[in-house]
Amino acid sequence: MSTLSRTAADLFWMARYLERAESMARLVEMGARVAMLPARGVTARDEWRSVALAAGCDGYFDPEASSVDAIILGLVVDRENPSSIASCFERARANARSVRTALSVQAWESLNETWLRLDELTVSRVLHELPQVVDWVKGRCAQFRGAADATLLRDDRFEFARLGLLIERADMTLRLLDVKHFVLLPETQVVGGDPDRHRWTSILVATSALRAYHWVYRGDYSPERIVDLLLLNGSCPRSYAFCYGEIVQALEHLARLYGARHACHTSAAATLAAIGDTAIGDVFHAGLHGFLTEAIGGNNRLSREIATAYHF
Amino acid sequence: MFDEMNGDDGARPPYRGVAHWLDTLGLATLDGKRREAETLFRRSGITFAVYGEGGDPERLIPFDLIPRVFGRDEWQRLAAGIVQRARALNAFLWDVYHRGEILRAGVVPEALVYRNRAFLPEMVGFDPPGRIYAHIVGIDIVRTGPGEFRVLEDNCRTPSGVSYMLENREIMMRMFPELFAGNRVEPVDGYADQLRATLEDMAPRHCPRAPVCVVLTPGPFNAAYYEHSYLADQMGAELVEARDLFVDDGKLWMKTTRGPTRVDVVYRRIDDDFLDPLVFRPDSRLGVPGLMDAYRAGRVTLVSAPGAGVADDKAVYCYVPEMIRFYLGEEPVLENVPTWQCALPEHRDHVLTHLDELVVKEVHGSGGYGMLIGPRASAAEREDFARKIAHDPAAFIAQPTLGLSTVPTLTPRGIASRHVDFRPFCLVGRQIRLTPGGLTRVALREGSLVVNSSQGGGVKDTWVLSE
Repeated sequence: MSTLSRTAADLFWMARYLERAESMARLVEMGARVAMLPARGVTARDEWRSVALAAGCDGYFDPEASSVDAIILGLVVDRENPSSIASCFERARANARSVRTALSVQAWESLNETWLRLDELTVSRVLHELPQVVDWVKGRCAQFRGAADATLLRDDRFEFARLGLLIERADMTLRLLDVKHFVLLPETQVVGGDPDRHRWTSILVATSALRAYHWVYRGDYSPERIVDLLLLNGSCPRSYAFCYGEIVQALEHLARLYGARHACHTSAAATLAAIGDTAIGDVFHAGLHGFLTEAIGGNNRLSREIATAYHF
Repeated sequence: MFDEMNGDDGARPPYRGVAHWLDTLGLATLDGKRREAETLFRRSGITFAVYGEGGDPERLIPFDLIPRVFGRDEWQRLAAGIVQRARALNAFLWDVYHRGEILRAGVVPEALVYRNRAFLPEMVGFDPPGRIYAHIVGIDIVRTGPGEFRVLEDNCRTPSGVSYMLENREIMMRMFPELFAGNRVEPVDGYADQLRATLEDMAPRHCPRAPVCVVLTPGPFNAAYYEHSYLADQMGAELVEARDLFVDDGKLWMKTTRGPTRVDVVYRRIDDDFLDPLVFRPDSRLGVPGLMDAYRAGRVTLVSAPGAGVADDKAVYCYVPEMIRFYLGEEPVLENVPTWQCALPEHRDHVLTHLDELVVKEVHGSGGYGMLIGPRASAAEREDFARKIAHDPAAFIAQPTLGLSTVPTLTPRGIASRHVDFRPFCLVGRQIRLTPGGLTRVALREGSLVVNSSQGGGVKDTWVLSE
C-alpha cells in the first residue's frame, strides 16, 4: 500500500486548513464573549487583538489602526488574511479538489458546498449575526468530519488527513493557552474576581470544553484545572494529550501498513510518554510559558518529520 | 428540419415514453427540477472552465432534462459504424507510421500525413502494444433525417465529455426514477470498468504485476479536470500530474509515500507537445523528461499513442471512408458529411463562390472556434474568411450547412426544438468495447448550430433503448 506523495500532502493540508477554520470560529466566539465584558483597564479592542494574536494573525493586522470590526472581518472573511476562515475553506477546498479521487463523494460534496456558500458570509452578516456565522462554520466543519468519518476508507490516506487535523488542533490549543497564559498565572488567582473567571471560562468556550470542565472537575474554576484539562487530560478531545494519543495511533497504523517506522514515530511516542509523566503542578512550577513554547516547537518539528518520512 | 421526437403523426416510437412523461409532468415541475439538477451539479463540482473568458472559473455546462433517445435498431446501425471507423482509424495510424501503404497506393495524399503537425517522426517504425494508437475514439455524429446519420469529426487523441455521459445519467436516475421504470434504457455505468480493462489490456509485454494504470492530468486548472479526476476515481487509478512522475533507469515511476513506484500504463489527458520536454517542448514544465524513451523501449504504454492526432485532422477526415474500404474491405456504415478541401483548386473555387451557403472550418481547429457559418455570417466576415482561405488554402475545409436534427429542450420560454449532435466513446484494446450511449450536446440558442460547451452549448442524457 502506498499513495501519491502529493496526495498525502494535500490531504494533510486539507485537514489542517479545515481544522484551522473551525479553531478560528471558536476563537472568534471567545473574542465576542470576552469583548462583551472586558477586564478592568482593557478595551474591547485589546481583547480582539489578543484573539488575533492567538490566531497567529498578529502580523496581518496593524495593531494601532485596526478597529474591532476590521479585526472581526479580518478573522472571518478577508481573503488577504491567509488564516481567515474564508481563506482556510478556500485552501482546504483547493487541496481537496486536487485529490478528489482520495475523498468520498459525500466528503467532497460537503466541502464543496461549504466553499460554494462562502459568498453568504457578507460583511453585514459577519458584523451583525456573528454568533450564527460562527455556528455555521462549526456546523460545516462537523458535517465534513462526519461525512469523512462515515465514508472514507481507513487506509493510509485517511491517516494523513487525520494527522493534519491533530497536528493543527494541538498547535491551536497550545497557542491559545500561550496567548492567554498571563490570565492563568497564579498571581491572578488571588484576585479571583468575576472578570478573571469570565476570561478563564472564555478559554473553555473557545475549546468547547465548558461542560467537560464541569463534568471532570465539578468545582470552581481554577487556572490549574483549566490548563490540566486542555494540556494533560487525555479524554478532552481538544487537549494536547488527546491529540498526541491519536497522533501516535495514526502513526502506528501507518507503520503497520507500510512495515516501516521513522523518526516521527519515535518523537510522537516520546512526547506522549512525557505528557503521561507530567503533573500539572510541575508545569506551573517550571513555568507555563516555557512549557508551551517547547511543546509548540516540538509539534512543528513532528509535522516536518512526518512530511520527510512519507516523501511529501 | 427533422425533429427526433415529434413525427408527423405524434411522437416517434423511441420517444413515446418521454413524450408521455413530458405531458404528465408539466412545465412548472420541470423547471423546478432543472434548478434542482443545477444544484446537484454544482455541489458535485462538475464544472467546465473556459480560459480567458473571465467570470466564473468553474462554470457549469447547462444540463437539459429532456433525454435524447435512440431506438435499438438505430443504435445497432450506429454502433456498427462507430466500431468500423475506430478499427479503420487505428489501421491507418499503424500504416502511416510503418510502410504507408495507403499513401503508396495514392488513396490518401502523402502531404496530408507527412506535413501534418500531428505526425510524429519519433513514432515511425515503432509498434505500440496491440498496434493500437487511438484507444478512446470519440466520433462526432449528426443526424439529418430518420435514417440519416453522418460523421462530422473523429477524435483520436483525448476526446472529452464521457464524464457527462455518466453523470447526466446519474442525475436523471436520481431525479426521475419513475421515468426509468417505464422505459428500458441500456445502462452506461460499465464505461469506467471497460476503460480500465482497455488500459490493462495495453500493459507492456511481460508486465510482471497487475498493471499499474494512472490518469495523467495537466492539473486542477485544466477545463476537463473534473473529468480526469472522475475517471481516475471510477477506475480506482491514481490521478497524477507530471510532477508526480519521473523516469529513472529507463522506467517510469511515480512518487509515493513509500518512495518510487513503477507505472505501467498512462492514460494521458495532456497533448503530445507536453508529454516529454526532451523530445517535444523544452519550454514545457508539464512533461516528464525521458517518458518517450521509456515508451519506445516498451517499458510503459501511453494511451493514446503519441502521434495519433494525425488521424483526426479535418482534412484526413475526408478520406476515412476510403480507409474503411482500403483496410477493412468493407463499405462505410456511416457516411461523412460532403466536404470541400480548400487545398484542391477546384474545391477551393467552389468554396469561395459559395461562402454564403457553407460552413468553413480550420483543419486544425476545435471547440467551435475559427469557424465561419456562411448563411449566418455578415458580408464582412465572409470576406475576411475568403482572404484567409486564399492565404493558406490547405488550412481550411468547407461543408454544407446541415439541417441538424432537433430534440425538444427546456428553454426559458417553455419546451422548444434545439439542434443536437452526438459523441459516442469507443474503446479499443485487445477487443473493442462500446458503451450504449454517449454525449448529446445541444445548441441552446434558438436556431444555433454550434453545440460546443465553450460556445453556450448544453448537454443531455442519451438513451439507447434495449427493446
